[in-house]
Amino acid sequence: MKRSLNLAMLFALSFAPAARAASEADYKAAYAAAEAASKEAAGMRNQWTVTVTALAAAKKAGDSGDFDRAVAASKEAEALAKASIFQANSEKEAWKAMEIR
Amino acid sequence: MKARSAVLLASLSAALVAFALTSPRVVAADKVDPATDAKAFQNFFFQKFPDVKHEDFVNGPYSMNADMKRQWQEKEEFPPYEFALDAGKEMFATPFKNGKTYADCFPNGGIGIRQNYPYFDTKEGKVVTLELALNRCREANGEAPYSYVKDEMASLTAYMAFTSRGKLMDIKIPDDPRALEAFENGKRYFYTRRGQLNFSCASCHVQSPGERIRAEILAPALGILNAMPIYRSEWSGMGTISRRFVTCNSQTRAVPLEPQADEYRDVEYFLSYVANGLPISGPGARP
Repeated sequence: MKRSLNLAMLFALSFAPAARAASEADYKAAYAAAEAASKEAAGMRNQWTVTVTALAAAKKAGDSGDFDRAVAASKEAEALAKASIFQANSEKEAWKAMEIR
Repeated sequence: MKARSAVLLASLSAALVAFALTSPRVVAADKVDPATDAKAFQNFFFQKFPDVKHEDFVNGPYSMNADMKRQWQEKEEFPPYEFALDAGKEMFATPFKNGKTYADCFPNGGIGIRQNYPYFDTKEGKVVTLELALNRCREANGEAPYSYVKDEMASLTAYMAFTSRGKLMDIKIPDDPRALEAFENGKRYFYTRRGQLNFSCASCHVQSPGERIRAEILAPALGILNAMPIYRSEWSGMGTISRRFVTCNSQTRAVPLEPQADEYRDVEYFLSYVANGLPISGPGARP
């Protein structure tokens, strides 16, 4: 039973498509999403330095045609920007908990 | 039945009294009350560090660590900010191209006035810091403004602080809702977490003064601006209040605001006001 299961898995995997390399279009879409989130964070006066660094790395990789790396860096920048937006929103009230009274 | 009514009436009365007693507190908590805030702020540090003399808080990390204090006292015999002080004195006295000097822009000729900055300008409706006032003076006299984070501004403010040494911080908040708003905005900025490290100013300077962050001993927030500008060994040079705010933001991995942004002016107003009554000790020297 165990052997037939292994064989089935091997068979299935052999037909699974290999991970597709990112295209320029993937990069442009990922970068646009990251840039939009980053602009929103900057508009809230709560941009993070690491977001700027990740965006710059994405642009550099994209310009050099390394779209896999460019997409990964764009996604990282977007995640960081979204975290900074979350921080800015939650701190609108949360700061009061730290206040000396 | 009578007894039941009496109990009901008594409970209702007790509830009303409790409501009446608690309601004003809720309103008071939402009201901007700088004097009460300053008292609470100072008491927090006085109670947290009962062995530190009140006037010693302006010496930052040296008030928290006896060994560092001894080293600093020795260093003060040939203070590293001395060159900036000399340069600032000369700059202050040198006339602009139109023949006027900085003294023409400030009350009392700019001497012994550091303790009154920042102030709230009721005409502009905003906080005016000493650094901002100096650049406005330059521009009003046809000179280009200095960078807020470089040596010239640090030298000028070092000299002006030196002429105020020992004078007690005396920041006024006029009876103007915009001034109260600026104070409140400064307070909010001070306590708000930012940057990837999720730190607020208070994370280091309220929750952890006296503790080490890497090799450095954190200064208490109380009186932290009284020593400005400072010579920092880490910077190998002088730093203004603007530089300090910008650097603090970067260290938490937050993109700093532009020097003299409203938020920085407001947080300077807040921090200076809560240090009222403590002496000016600037220019200072820090590791």
